Parts: sequence; structure tokens; C-alpha cells
Amino acid sequence: MITVDEISSEVMDIIRTVHDPEIPVLTVIDLGVVKKVTVEGKRVSINLTPTYSGCPAMDMISDDLKSALKAEGYEAEIKLILSPAWSTDMITETGRKAMEVYGIASPLEPSNDILALTEDAKIVPCTRCQSKNTKLVSQFGSTACKALFQCSDCHEPFDYFKCLK
Amino acid sequence: MENKLYDYILSLGDNSLILGHRLSELCGHGPSLETDIALTNISLDLYGQVRNYFQYAAELAGEDASEDSIAFLRTDRQHKNVWLVEQPNEDFGHVICRQFLFDSFHMPLMKQLCESKDERISAIAKKSIKESSYHERFSSEWMKRLGAGTEVSNQKVQAALDHLYPFVNEFFQETPLDKEMKENGIGGDLPAIKEVYFKNVHALLLEAGLTIPEPDWRQTDGKLGYHSEHLGFILAELQYMQRSYPNSDW
Repeated sequence: MITVDEISSEVMDIIRTVHDPEIPVLTVIDLGVVKKVTVEGKRVSINLTPTYSGCPAMDMISDDLKSALKAEGYEAEIKLILSPAWSTDMITETGRKAMEVYGIASPLEPSNDILALTEDAKIVPCTRCQSKNTKLVSQFGSTACKALFQCSDCHEPFDYFKCLK
Repeated sequence: MENKLYDYILSLGDNSLILGHRLSELCGHGPSLETDIALTNISLDLYGQVRNYFQYAAELAGEDASEDSIAFLRTDRQHKNVWLVEQPNEDFGHVICRQFLFDSFHMPLMKQLCESKDERISAIAKKSIKESSYHERFSSEWMKRLGAGTEVSNQKVQAALDHLYPFVNEFFQETPLDKEMKENGIGGDLPAIKEVYFKNVHALLLEAGLTIPEPDWRQTDGKLGYHSEHLGFILAELQYMQRSYPNSDW
């Protein structure tokens, strides 16, 4: 995680206004992609670790961070780093709750994730009615990070955020 | 040394580039919405991995090189991918079979490269392996489903297997560059992967009720820049924009 102590809270507040364009309820901090922030006067440098290698949202997040900081008089430099590789453990607890409300089920632990995605185990709770009587529709969903599920009780279709560790 | 490392990175990236392109051709043409989305998701992951490799290669090359110039401005002879990944989509059986034969190689290779002495290659592998484990799961599950499905699905995927299987030996063709990279701890150990590969692939094919084809000889040397005629057509489409309108951007 990032060390917030040495960073001016003003800069952190600005960073917190930037959201994942594809999951707009998540701030980039909640998503866990911001790995290091250093501030020197009006110059801010940020290390970002991409969720998936080909995630098109990363370029947009970089641009959004730059323009949000620029609006407050900061010059930002964004560096995409590969190590540490992002994992779903980096999503904060606040982030998980926000996603659930938004209709995206949180990632399960790896062993259960495999059961849900390949063995049709009924363990992913529906984001609308919480029933676990749900079924996999597609291992790959609307974005690289999600799979598509449907609730067999209330019939709600919903996304499941795949475990990545 | 830097030039050799550059070539080695291209050989890793080119497999993902060409397979990623083949899968992207299916965008909007998949047999069902779910498989269409899955195959293009896999394509996107592979392109993401290519970007990581080519950004690194561009830094090594210096001067005006960029990930884009490496992807869009090399000739067919400068591509180092194996023949398997350039084979056409034909039908869903071919698409799945090609993917399965590739993933079964890609996963153990990524596992080895996680331990590469080159930190950047190791970081890319650690990132890629997480995504590729989903690809492998997808293609293996579909191999089983098609193989053990109906008579027609079995026949079609068996035909695809008979056609594509002779290409897999090329994965294990050790070029002098592969040997050198293995010996200095940067690259993968192809003979070691070969053992795991055929053990795993054979087990799954039997489970899927498919017949393992007899070993056959095929023209190879894609790693040395010699390709089937398919690659030229792929590059014509892939590079059209940059060739016709140099440095165009959007």
C-alpha cells in the first residue's frame, strides 16, 4: 500500500477525486492502483500499477490524474510500473462495499474463485438479493477484470470481479 | 548483449502480437455473445502483454524506436513468432484448439520467466501469468466440451487438432538465441517445458475423448523469421494505417 504520512493531504484529496472510468464508484485509491506518491513543491509524481496489462482505463486514469492535479496548480508525472503486480487484494474494504452496492460482486479467495468459474459452484452472492443460488453466464464479462453471473432467484444479471492474485 | 536481449523480447512479444491479432479478427463474429467477448478479452490481455514487451524492447533499441514502431513497422522476416499463432481462425474448433495448444505452452513458459534474472522480463511474466491462467482455463474447458460434446463438435475439433498439432513442435525448437538466454538465466528452458507440455496436453486430449495425432513434420523456423503466407496478410491489415499515413495518431 502507499505511505500517506509524508504526502500532503491536499494532494491525496485531489487524487481521491479521480475514479476508475469503468467502475465509477471506485476511486483510484480504493482500486489500489496508486502505489507511490511523492510531492516536491508543486511537482507530484505517481506510480500506477495496471490492473490488467491491456486495461484501456489506465491511460484514461493517468490523464484524469494529470488534469485533476493541474486544475489545482500541480504538475504531475505518472509512471506505469509492473512490479508489484496488481492483485484484487489491493482493493480496499471501502472499495469492495462500494462495488457491491453498484452491482459488482467482490472477488472470492482463489480456491473458491476457481470453483465459481469452472465448477458452477453456487457461492457468488447476488448483488441485488444476496442469494447464492447464482450461475455463471460467461467467464469473461464487460471488461477484462469481470465475469458475468445471473441470479436464479431474482434473475438479476450481475458482474463478478474475478480474483487476480 | 543488448541486441540479443532485444531479439529475445521480440520473440516473446511476437507470439502474443500475432495471436492477439487473430483473436481480434473475431470481434463481432464469435459464435455467441459470451464467446465473442471472451475471445476479444483474451486478445486484449495479449495486446497488453505485447505493449509491456515492446516498451521494454524500444528502451533497449533507443533512438526513435517506440512500442508502435516495433508493432507497425517491421517486415514479415523481422517477426519471430511461431507458425501456430498465424494459422487462420477457420472455425470455432480451430480457434479453441489453437488457443489451447498455445496456452499449454505459454503458462509453463511464464512460470519459468517469473524467475528470470532480467527483472523486467520477470515483472512482465508475473503480470501475464495471472491473466493467462484464465485463458488456459477457458480454452481447456472448451476443448473438453467440444471433444465430449456432440458427434459434430467432436469431429470438428478433431479436424482442427489434426491440422494444428504438427505445429506445436516448433515451440521447442531451440535456436542459438534460446540456448544462450536459457544459459544466462534470462530465458526459458524449452526442453524442460516440452516434457510438461506433452504430458498435460495428452492428458486433456484423452479426457476430451480426442485422438492424439501421429507426429508429423511441418515447415518451421518462424523464430528465425521464416513464416507461412498467412503472416503477410496479417501484417497487411495490422500495418495498413501506419504505412499509408505515417505517424498518424488518434
